[in-house]
Amino acid sequence: MTGTTIARTGPDHRAAFRSSTVADVLRSEWTKLRSVRSTFWALTVTVVLGIGLGALISAVTAHGYARFSPSEKLSWDPTGVSAAGMYIAQLAIAVLGVLCISSEYSSGMIRTSLIVVPKRGRILAAKSLVFAAVTFVVGEVTIFVAFFVGQALISGHAPTAALGDPGVARAVAGGGLYLAALAVLSVAAGTLLRRPAAAITCIVALLFVLPGIAQALPDSWRNPVTEFWPTQAGSQLTSVYHSAHTLQAWPGFGVMCLFVAIVYAIAWTLLDRRDA
Amino acid sequence: MIEARGLVKRYGSTVAVNDLSFSIRPGMVTGFLGPNGAGKTTTMRMILGLDAPTQGSVTVGGRSYRDLPAPMHEVGALLDATAVHGGRRARDHLLCLAQSNGIPRSRVDEVLRTVGLEGVARRRVKGFSLGMGQRLGIASALLGDPAVLIFDEPVNGLDPDGIHWVRTLMRSLAAEGRTVLVSSHLMSEMALTADHLLVIGKGRLIADTSVDEFVRSSSQHSVHVRSPQAADLAARCREAGATVRAGSTSPVAAAPVVGPDAGTDPDVIEITGMDSAEVGKLAAAHGITLFELIPVRASLEEAFMELTQDSVEYQAAGATR
Repeated sequence: MTGTTIARTGPDHRAAFRSSTVADVLRSEWTKLRSVRSTFWALTVTVVLGIGLGALISAVTAHGYARFSPSEKLSWDPTGVSAAGMYIAQLAIAVLGVLCISSEYSSGMIRTSLIVVPKRGRILAAKSLVFAAVTFVVGEVTIFVAFFVGQALISGHAPTAALGDPGVARAVAGGGLYLAALAVLSVAAGTLLRRPAAAITCIVALLFVLPGIAQALPDSWRNPVTEFWPTQAGSQLTSVYHSAHTLQAWPGFGVMCLFVAIVYAIAWTLLDRRDA
Repeated sequence: MIEARGLVKRYGSTVAVNDLSFSIRPGMVTGFLGPNGAGKTTTMRMILGLDAPTQGSVTVGGRSYRDLPAPMHEVGALLDATAVHGGRRARDHLLCLAQSNGIPRSRVDEVLRTVGLEGVARRRVKGFSLGMGQRLGIASALLGDPAVLIFDEPVNGLDPDGIHWVRTLMRSLAAEGRTVLVSSHLMSEMALTADHLLVIGKGRLIADTSVDEFVRSSSQHSVHVRSPQAADLAARCREAGATVRAGSTSPVAAAPVVGPDAGTDPDVIEITGMDSAEVGKLAAAHGITLFELIPVRASLEEAFMELTQDSVEYQAAGATR
């Protein structure tokens, strides 16, 4: 072993190496993402919950449709029912997004990553982009399958939706976009907070706990909070019908993207300035 | 070539690194020595752009680390071998590092062979022993075929065979004209590996010298004598102005003999302040019989302890020499 050649080209043949590019970092982050088991499990959970839970809820509520009151029948939203599983499945995406950077902090790998890519913004950009792209693809596949499975289960028991109906195609396809924005948000949160537990807690609070607490506020407070709460505003993109005190699809998603951009900018600044 | 000018790092009111200036030249192994908490790792982190200096600057090949266009080709570093994601396979770990700098896959297999990990390339890293982890860390440092190599305590956790391998590797990397900076708290290790020494204590530069010069400049030269008339000789030497103390039964100071006889032999004395020729002449002049007359050169360990005794951060009570 001691006799092995270490040099490939020798230190004098430096032209053999080119500068590191953003594309290189993207490739590296893709390898990082696909080479840990948590990615496989989190995405499996997303798919299984998104489709399975959606199918279950579709079947159960469609069977109860006959006993619905007229006003309940009026607000029947077959698209929303078939996509109901995504509400829980999004948690798996958020956790994976937080972990893909905070696990580097907890293991110490972040130091190696920053030594090989000292332009730190590239690491955050590449991680976010790769994870958002993977999430988008998995999310779109899941939501479309959930939609068709859900409609098939509803069919015969209650009115169904078709992709050609007004707003339905946008609401279904919007599921993947919403998840992609959430993916970027969780990577940024993981970068900002560095500790997996802290970052996951914040994301859960943002998605589930705080919107729940907001319901207890007086109307004058609750309505604007519900309207502009980033994840709730963003989820309007996935809704066919918009209830009172909610934004329309694209303005709502715009509010969420603005929030994601602000958190991302803070994360980028801190990553760049903090000692690693 | 690594150059630091007036490097300072403060954490709150603690000064970890205090006005360090040095240049580390290519073609030799530079040992970076200091007691625990002296600021070795902090200095290495500043060289690698992980920590921003409070004051001063450090460059690698004339550039600040963050401005290097092909970082892995300029610098290969191993700071902490345990800082890897345990769930990743060894080959994937190296692959993601290589890809980040556009280094081809074939190079990953090459370095795996170099460090002898090709057999476990597909194993997940969390099952690795400390020694295998060190080899993986060294492999990642070699990936870019870098001109500068920085290793923080690379022999930690290695078995004797592994230590020998690392030593040979460092020497051959330096022989190829690369700049090699190795930190260690094992002075004996540095004596065998390093050509040049940077010694720091409490964040300050204490010595920037060759290994030979470092040992030579130490005042710890003594003469080990065994004689049936040791007490007589001791008195004569003291008259001549030398310092005499009861000697260890072994002339190797770094490895004192332990056991019932250790240090208790009344025939053995240790003389400082005279060289062996002077002691020999003195003994002859007074008709004193000598069984052993051995000049004892200070080991690197002793020279280091002497130099840094004032700057040890964490000292056991009563451990002052």
